[in-house]
Amino acid sequence: MAKITKSPWLLHYDGSSCNGCDIEVLACLTPVYDVERFGIINTGNPKHADIFLVTGGINEKNKAVVKQLYDQMPEPKVVVAVGICACNGGVFKDAYNIIGGVDKAIPVDVYVPGCAARPEAIIDGVVKALGVLDEKQKAFKAAKKQKGENK
Amino acid sequence: MSKRSIVPFGPQHPVLPEPIHLDLVLEDEKVVEAIPSIGFIHRGLEKLVDKRNYKDYLYVIERICGICSFMHGMGYAEGIERIMDVEIPDRAKYLRTIWCEMSRLHSHLLWLGLLADAFGFESLFMHCWRMRETILDMFEASTGGRVIFSVNKIGGVLKDMDSAMLKSFVEMFDKMEEEVKTLTNVFLKDYTVGSRLRGVGILTKEDAILNGAVGPMMRAAGIEQDTRKLGYAAYGDLDFDIITGKDCDSFARCEVRINEIFQSFNIIRQAVDKIPQGPVSVDVKGNPNGEAFVRLEQPRGEAVFYFRGDGTEHLNRARVRTPTFANIPSLVKILEGCDYADVPILVLTIDPCVSCTER
Repeated sequence: MAKITKSPWLLHYDGSSCNGCDIEVLACLTPVYDVERFGIINTGNPKHADIFLVTGGINEKNKAVVKQLYDQMPEPKVVVAVGICACNGGVFKDAYNIIGGVDKAIPVDVYVPGCAARPEAIIDGVVKALGVLDEKQKAFKAAKKQKGENK
Repeated sequence: MSKRSIVPFGPQHPVLPEPIHLDLVLEDEKVVEAIPSIGFIHRGLEKLVDKRNYKDYLYVIERICGICSFMHGMGYAEGIERIMDVEIPDRAKYLRTIWCEMSRLHSHLLWLGLLADAFGFESLFMHCWRMRETILDMFEASTGGRVIFSVNKIGGVLKDMDSAMLKSFVEMFDKMEEEVKTLTNVFLKDYTVGSRLRGVGILTKEDAILNGAVGPMMRAAGIEQDTRKLGYAAYGDLDFDIITGKDCDSFARCEVRINEIFQSFNIIRQAVDKIPQGPVSVDVKGNPNGEAFVRLEQPRGEAVFYFRGDGTEHLNRARVRTPTFANIPSLVKILEGCDYADVPILVLTIDPCVSCTER
């Protein structure tokens, strides 16, 4: 990517992870990795967020929560599945309460593997997500424009 | 008579990275009752003993929680070693002790940071986490992982630390101790920090016993109990005192954890001085047949493990009672009658680890 066109805000939700990926997501925001210098902020409000970071697999109880958080985020939005559990269930794949990866509940754009995902990998995933976000934004604008012309 | 209303707290909440849900019954700004509900992170990993053999299960049980992952793995390894009557080499015991204390260090620094974040002291949060990274670097150098280490094995540990590495770690800890002292002085002496923590969330000694509090939560109420004194791993050979607080409030809990940081530095130094030479693991053959209880002192308090094997390669039952689960009744107790704005701090003072609680 040549440049970042936007200061993306993150929403982070812990699906059913072991906490490992969550502390690595937080570690990205703190001095050693410090993504805040790119204007990336961890927000608690889904309506402020552009990128949705989900860690851990999906189970019966959090499926609705993840879906609801996703629905509350404004378009265009990107979902990043952080860690192998969020990608496909990982080590807990066979556990009775795990349905699978985050893509069982909401569409996922970027998959970040690792157990736990390293901060470098998470940052890389977010940068990839920014590219997807840019494209989605273009498509979103084009769709809007077309709608206006059709009126 | 003011009207009662119920405010939901969580599961997604800006203060906590993990989902916990509380229904808070409020009368104006005062919390009258807190009703916890858990299960958002339940994975059912204790049942996975059916699908993984007892040697592979170590890597599952490690993933109960990413903060005390080393201690969960160690609890499991100790349990199976007890069932199978395996005596592990002394060097492995010392290495386990050193990694345990390093886990405690990084966990307490992580907690101090989250607490600072909860009362709105952003720069303090950043400093705590910056210091924590040094310990993670040491973990990476010695085990290869930052969060999940997979360094335990049934019969010892998989990796050794040579004397040069141990020496460099002690030097780093010496340097860190000064920095941590400067940092923790802010928690202990700053007026604004004190105003948020002192006299808030009082859990008396009687209540702590009644609600079965564990770990720093219990010790802050003046109860002298530390599972490390049972002498598992190499703790029996090391000299340390049980740290207690006396004010029973959030500040006392903070103080206990801060003192435990310095205690961990001391324990590591002693362990490095005393560590014997030799192998770090023994071969283990056969399958576990029998049952074992293991008690460990994790950063959040006492964890209890129970394992039962029946002579096949799959265990019959694995069960873990984690410290946060034991502390939830105390949390409900301290939330009663607190200000609504203090809820995040009080939730944090038990040092909640939701993924431990729900497994």
